[in-house]
Amino acid sequence: MPSTAVRPVRIVVAKVGLDGHDRGVKVVARALRDAGYEVIYTGLRQTPEMVVDAALQEDAQVIGLSIHSGAHMTLFPAVVEELKRRKATDIIVFGGGIIPDDDITALKKRGVEKIFTPGTPLQDIVDWLRKRFPDSPAK
Amino acid sequence: MGENTDPDLLKRFRSGDVRALARAISLIERRDESVRELEQALRPDAKTPGVAGFTGAPGTGKSTLVDAVVSLLRKKQSSVAVLATDPNSPFSGGAILGDRIRMQRHALDPKVFIRSMGARGHLGGLSLASREAIRLLGAFGFDEVILETVGVGQSELEVAAVADTTVVVLTPNLGDSVQMIKAGILEIADIFVVNKADLDGYTRVMAELRAMLSLAPKAKWKPPILATVASRQEGVEQLWEAVLAHRRHLEKSGQAQALSEQRLRDETGEVAAELARRRARQALEDDPELARRLLADRTPYRTAEEILDRKR
Amino acid sequence: MKVRARDAKEVWKEEFESSPARDDGIETSTISGVPLQPLYTAGDRQRREEELPGQFPYTRGIHPSGYRGRLWTMRQFSGFATAEETNRRYKYLLANGQTGLSVAFDMPTLMGQDSDAPTSRGEVGHCGVAIDSLADMETLFDGIPLGDITTSMTINSPAAILLCMYIAVAEKQGVPASKLGGTLQNDILKEFIAQKEFIFPPAPSMRLVVDSIEYCAQEVPKWNTISISGYHIREAGSTAAQELAFTLADGMAYVDACLERGMHIDDFASRLSFFFDAHIDFFEEIAKFRAARRIWARWMRERYGAQQERSWKLRFHTQTAGVSLTAQQPELNIARTAIEALAAVLGGTQSLHTNAMDEVLALPTDRAARIALRTQQLLAYETGAANTIDPLGGSYFVEALTDEMERQAEAYFKRIDEIGGVIPAIEVGCFLEESADAAFRYQKELELKRRIVVGVNDFTVDEEEPIDILRIDPRLESQQSERVRDVRRKRDQARCTNALQSLSGAAAGTDNLMPYILDAVRAYATEGEIMQAMIEVFGTYTETAVV
Repeated sequence: MPSTAVRPVRIVVAKVGLDGHDRGVKVVARALRDAGYEVIYTGLRQTPEMVVDAALQEDAQVIGLSIHSGAHMTLFPAVVEELKRRKATDIIVFGGGIIPDDDITALKKRGVEKIFTPGTPLQDIVDWLRKRFPDSPAK
Repeated sequence: MGENTDPDLLKRFRSGDVRALARAISLIERRDESVRELEQALRPDAKTPGVAGFTGAPGTGKSTLVDAVVSLLRKKQSSVAVLATDPNSPFSGGAILGDRIRMQRHALDPKVFIRSMGARGHLGGLSLASREAIRLLGAFGFDEVILETVGVGQSELEVAAVADTTVVVLTPNLGDSVQMIKAGILEIADIFVVNKADLDGYTRVMAELRAMLSLAPKAKWKPPILATVASRQEGVEQLWEAVLAHRRHLEKSGQAQALSEQRLRDETGEVAAELARRRARQALEDDPELARRLLADRTPYRTAEEILDRKR
Repeated sequence: MKVRARDAKEVWKEEFESSPARDDGIETSTISGVPLQPLYTAGDRQRREEELPGQFPYTRGIHPSGYRGRLWTMRQFSGFATAEETNRRYKYLLANGQTGLSVAFDMPTLMGQDSDAPTSRGEVGHCGVAIDSLADMETLFDGIPLGDITTSMTINSPAAILLCMYIAVAEKQGVPASKLGGTLQNDILKEFIAQKEFIFPPAPSMRLVVDSIEYCAQEVPKWNTISISGYHIREAGSTAAQELAFTLADGMAYVDACLERGMHIDDFASRLSFFFDAHIDFFEEIAKFRAARRIWARWMRERYGAQQERSWKLRFHTQTAGVSLTAQQPELNIARTAIEALAAVLGGTQSLHTNAMDEVLALPTDRAARIALRTQQLLAYETGAANTIDPLGGSYFVEALTDEMERQAEAYFKRIDEIGGVIPAIEVGCFLEESADAAFRYQKELELKRRIVVGVNDFTVDEEEPIDILRIDPRLESQQSERVRDVRRKRDQARCTNALQSLSGAAAGTDNLMPYILDAVRAYATEGEIMQAMIEVFGTYTETAVV
């Protein structure tokens, strides 16, 4: 029985932009839940403003984005910018989708902490979160 | 002590910073004691919001209905907060919280606040956290609070313990008939809503509900049975009218006062239980001799009394 | 004689069971979870009348001559950036032997939005070509005679609009609509189930689909009005049997809707076409295609009472499985695609798209696109796969698997019926839940190494070699936005406004909307404006998410 005094990390998971391919994001959401995190799934067609607003209301520590449409170089930085505007730069941003290596480097420079490319084992994502938030009780 | 590392929390809360509200709710959820100071400081600000609880099985369109009610309230210029609970996995402690999805049209409306809460699987925890969160939401300035929960486990009873008005949502195609619905739900409902009333089987559900209610012991408030089609915003005005009528009834009949007193007592008991639980766990950790005796004698009752008798 | 045969099988069984098994823990079921025997013999297949190609129920193919009569169409899906660049790529592919065109549109176009809309920010031209108005369509097909080729357009919610644009471009080329051949994907049900490119709610979406089918039956009779798709459902995580069942169930939902409109089955059924995935589990896919033909033929003839043979024949396009491609060691994708393409050919597909090796990373480069096309040519001309009709017919294994696919599909049809049909099943999230479960299961199997994806969870390399990928020029978004603003400035405003108002008016009524959309298109109304005129009446749809 999980301890009630310690709190699971809260992660807002979203698809930003017009892309509707949600197989990956749903699989990741399940894996994160099974690892003990609270995942707020906000669904499709989110704007950067909506995602950040949800993260603030939910007091989330992490935002995860999934983008397969090629629009990642616009949308990821837009989320980072919005976090700046809302004075919430302590919320970390990670993501996945169809994103070439060069773009990953560029996105990291613009404030995205981690990008997981297709084929990444789910455990890698969980391991990274555990390292990042060692106090979270994820079993 | 507590984990709150944010000395400005009160200031930011008072200045209307949503993040401060969200952070305070998190502290409440994890039963962090540091939030007590915040709550104390906010006592003079406290406004009492109206609280309506919505409960129903998955598939009843409950989230869509809540979304429709939020729209209605916004039209009436009320500000509204929604606390939506989903169960945590009993194995991992994690949860997927997806209630926000049905309320997209209120995204970015500063007068709508939506918070997903994992039910965390522990007894009484939901109602304690909800009660405190409601007070905070009131202090922040929200006129109305809607609690939304799936009717799984004990959650609907916990909602009824906290909400002024409990709305139970059903649909015509539930598969099973009304008889199969848990007895507890029928007793706690102040209002019944048959959502998706445009589907076949609607009249049958209404008739069954009426029959059930006619067998119930006479009470001062007769729960109305309403029909809605939430996806088309139909029947929502009447629903809210019924909620307001129930509130007026509570006032006029004096039940509001009685309930309020009862709830304060209940809450005190729940808080006492929570504090006692903590003390017991701590005592067993700190005192190996005590723990050893417990294991040897197998006397939890005696051990508990001993712990509570001890000076703090 | 009979007694001896049985003994031999028993002997084999004993020997098999006493010989050492591989100890790598790899699953021996198909990737859809269908358990497989180590061996199939004559006793494993149902007693059946002999099946022949071109004869009901067409398990072995819809044409008596198979690929001896005509090879499958090599139809590579493509489109990116601007209409000019895509026009260039089309001419390149046609010159290299591609035999039909297939248009990929960008996200804003797929979602009915103009390139300068705020929600199009960052999305223009990335996963297909940007088409905002008739002007862009004219550029897209500049120098390509629409009377001489067939074109497939992959678009759903705004499909009617793009079809009208195609008709209008042909008009300008002097080609009458009655001569036009091609396919429109136009399969809105699978959007609710899998791809999520829905805009309007289900009922008005279906109305538009039926409008287009009805219109084409009269005015564009050679056009395949709908490509009922399993590809996206499969890619979203479903099993092969689910792909088969949900697709055919969608097909029946469309048939029902057209019949409700008052059309006669034989007037439209022959122009319904299908679109399946060719995934990596080779034999399962072949069985799936064969079962699809058999099931559809039976339902058309026996349940719907179609009288004409052409109404019974299921025709399909196939695409090799995008989801099977890997970002690691991407050259391996060439091999994967070849095998998947072979499955489609052995399954008798009418047309085929082969993925390029770099599509996990970006849209294909010229080189990768050419290799993909050459793969089909290799299959057609080097391997002999096209020399006999349904070469795997009679294989104990393939026939047993075909029967199994059919059984599983029928079980799903029953379930969908119990829920009340496809649309009620969509509303309760039945399909979404099945796919999400299957996707999660598969991922778990990979993580436990019960299934291997080469280069990903085994046979990995430490250093990946970089490959060149296609980059979309970020300036094109502002260029295209300027383009559409220009079109809006230069057109006859009165004509355009009138057309849009008429369209809204008609949408509120029961007229077939195609002529109204055609008028709006000819008046250079933009796609976004035409969609908006209908959204005002139909509203938009928010899905019930199932995770």
